Amino acid sequence: MELIVFVLASAMVLSGAIGVVLFRNPVHAALGLVLTLFGVAVHFVSMEAHFLAAVQVIVYAGAIVVLFLFVIMLLGVDRAEDLTIEPLKLQRPVAIVLGAGVTVLVAGAVVRGADTLGRETNASAPGDSNIRALARSLYSDHVLAFELTSVLLIVAVAGTVVLTRRLKKSEG
Amino acid sequence: MEPTTTSYLVLAALLFGIGATGLMIRRNPLVMFMCIELMLNAVNLTFVALATRFSDIDGQTAVFFVMVVAAAEVVVGLGIIISIMRRRPGATVDDLAELKG
Amino acid sequence: MLDVIWLVPALPLVGFLAILLFGRRLGEPGAGYVAAAAVLGAFVVTVGAFFDLLSLDEHHREHVSVLFSWVPVSSLQIDMALLADPLSITMALFVTGIGFLIHLFAIGYMHGDPKFSKFFLYLNLFVLSMLMLVLGENLLVTFLGWEGVGACSYFLISFWHTRESAATAGKKAFVTNRIGDWGVMLAMFLGFQAVGSVSYSALNGAAESGALASSTATGIALLLFVGAAGKSAQLPLYLWLPDAMEGPTPVSALIHAATMVTAGVFLMTRMNPVIAASADYAPQIIAWVGALTALFAATIAVAQHDIKKVLAYSTVSQLGYMFLAVGTGAYVAAVFHMVTHAFFKALMFLGSGSVIHGMHHEQDMRRMGALRTVMPITAGTFIIGWLAIAGVPPFAGFWSKDEILLFTLASSPVLYVIGLVTAVLTAFYMTRQVVMVFFGEARWESHADDHGAHGEFRPHESPPIMLFPLVVLAGLSVVGGVIQLPSFGIIPDGWRHRLEDWLHPVVEPGEAVIKGTAAYDAKSWLALLAIACAVLGIAAAIAVYAKGRAKPFEPELLARGWRYDETVSAFMGGPGRRAFDAVARFDSGVVDGAVTGTASGVRSVAERLRRGQTGFVRNYSAVVVAGVLGILIWFVIIRGVL
Repeated sequence: MELIVFVLASAMVLSGAIGVVLFRNPVHAALGLVLTLFGVAVHFVSMEAHFLAAVQVIVYAGAIVVLFLFVIMLLGVDRAEDLTIEPLKLQRPVAIVLGAGVTVLVAGAVVRGADTLGRETNASAPGDSNIRALARSLYSDHVLAFELTSVLLIVAVAGTVVLTRRLKKSEG
Repeated sequence: MEPTTTSYLVLAALLFGIGATGLMIRRNPLVMFMCIELMLNAVNLTFVALATRFSDIDGQTAVFFVMVVAAAEVVVGLGIIISIMRRRPGATVDDLAELKG
Repeated sequence: MLDVIWLVPALPLVGFLAILLFGRRLGEPGAGYVAAAAVLGAFVVTVGAFFDLLSLDEHHREHVSVLFSWVPVSSLQIDMALLADPLSITMALFVTGIGFLIHLFAIGYMHGDPKFSKFFLYLNLFVLSMLMLVLGENLLVTFLGWEGVGACSYFLISFWHTRESAATAGKKAFVTNRIGDWGVMLAMFLGFQAVGSVSYSALNGAAESGALASSTATGIALLLFVGAAGKSAQLPLYLWLPDAMEGPTPVSALIHAATMVTAGVFLMTRMNPVIAASADYAPQIIAWVGALTALFAATIAVAQHDIKKVLAYSTVSQLGYMFLAVGTGAYVAAVFHMVTHAFFKALMFLGSGSVIHGMHHEQDMRRMGALRTVMPITAGTFIIGWLAIAGVPPFAGFWSKDEILLFTLASSPVLYVIGLVTAVLTAFYMTRQVVMVFFGEARWESHADDHGAHGEFRPHESPPIMLFPLVVLAGLSVVGGVIQLPSFGIIPDGWRHRLEDWLHPVVEPGEAVIKGTAAYDAKSWLALLAIACAVLGIAAAIAVYAKGRAKPFEPELLARGWRYDETVSAFMGGPGRRAFDAVARFDSGVVDGAVTGTASGVRSVAERLRRGQTGFVRNYSAVVVAGVLGILIWFVIIRGVL
């Protein structure tokens, strides 16, 4: 059972990823991204990280991708990109070599060291649900980081507003 | 065969590789951004898989923070792209080559 | 006074500073009196030191006065120290004494010159340097003075620097001297390397005790001789001295007759143990160079028309005699001749200065004549100088020249013959000069118009301040021989060899012993032979120039100094210049090229690396991923993580 879930979710993830890379229309690429995000959320659920799965769907798929689509529509970059030509010579072969290299190395290393990792233990912390455990960790051990990220969010929002405002007189 | 931690890690590696390749190949700035998101998701997957393996909740906390930062990053990044692309509609990253030495 | 020996150079230094600061206010003749007073003070202290030394026991006549530690660099310890011993006091005596007389003369001679005080500034600086040179306790203090006199010589030769020939002569003197200085410096380095010190006591002590290897001693001796040849105008570095006559006549008298040019002889005498410890050919080289220079210069003097040029070549010739003496081991004779030469050559230079002054700066002898009627005192003193240099007894020059010839014969008959021939020529050209200037018909009357609208041109005698030094020097030229009278029967015992006894402790290691040689036994005959040569020269000159019995023999070649000067100039201008240009090209091409080449190399590499900055984000992202891949390769494959 678990295997089927794993395979299906993985298929979603990978096909979405390939879609992002290969679709010419950016809107289609965004949809591919959504598929990947959902697949990852399913993986999270299967690993008992329920809260994260929820956050993944709400924040990532629900907000970030929507933001992407807004910008695509706003700027009109929905024109399809011509993927057949490549102005920078060598870029494509180099990219494929590098990407494949990274993948193979990491995967190979992981497979090799599979014994070190040992069996997966499915035992979660006794009693506590995932969200409770996460909250406990977040608000006691990492509360400083938590506060800082809230500052970060405010800074990001304020900064972006400043960055993108149209100046009244000069802009046309 | 059960999916082991290793299988998740391999999946994450694949996802990361696809994201990296896409980043280098695509010319549309927004699609490049999406490839970055792919890479971030691969990292998140790795974190959660290992957190589950070692029963350490800190891995999931890390994912939490990654997501927050990714959101903030997307906001700012898209803001920048908007600022640039407003002036040059229909430009691709290749046209933004002012840093050429 | 020995304890305050430092006053001897200090007084001229004070004079120099006083004129430097207040020269303009002192003006004429105040600056001159200040300078002369400083030198007179130094003379008085030197006389005091002389008597102090006399009171000491013969073998301990030496006083070192350390002023301060000059170069304290671990193994190289050199002090600013003064050494008062018979040799240095002798030198200091005539430098300050004659220096004082010349200062007096200059006050009269430079009357009316706009740069009056500057002249005395340089003169005092010169006396200071010369005193450092002779009183130095080690080679470095002497070298300080050596360089100082060279610099002052440059300043004073080109004193009237608006005249191009004067400026050029000054440069020529300095450059030629520099070549000599190279020799002295190398000798110092060699001495330091061998002995670990540059002080005379250490070097001479090592030479005497045999601690100094013969080859090293030879090296030091010959290198010092190179320096001496430059400073004392020997072949081949004599060329600057005739040109140095561009300077005012007091300068020629002081520097180029009495003092600076004797510095080379002094240095050789001071280092006589080292010369004695060197291989035999080293002193022989010195003797031969001296003899040949003497002959060479005498031949040129025969054909000169300028009154000062004759004296200049004569100086070169007499210096040759001194080096001949040094080379044959006759150090006492060399010093003796140095002293007597200082007397009569300074006298004659000042006399010529008086003539030039009286003739309103005319220097060509062909336009003079019969001046004894107009300038009797100048003529009288000059004639005394003439008799001294010609070698007529009992004047000073006879005794010193005879002594040198005696030692020469004991060493080598060939050198003796060269010395004799030079003596004849010396008598000849000096008689020629005296006849042309003071006797014969008054040629200046027919050239009266050349001197501008003076109406009637009449040369006049010089003022007393200029005549006084002439008279004093003439007196010294008459009696100067008394300091070293030879052992002839007629001379009472207490009056013989006084200079030799005085200098004995200093020159003992190097002094040749000729008692018992054939030459010594025949010394009375040799004295008569020397007198005969002098008479021969005088008679010949009188016959040609006074009586007109024969035609004057003054070929162009001799007048131009055997074309030596021109040859050197042509060589330096032609092949020499090409060689120098090649060296300059090497410097700018290779040496500079290495530096700029490195810079341009870096730039071209940077240019090529710059192409990596394409400006394309995708390229940059590819580079980042490549970096990640690199790290992964390192850890996974090479380090074998897991």
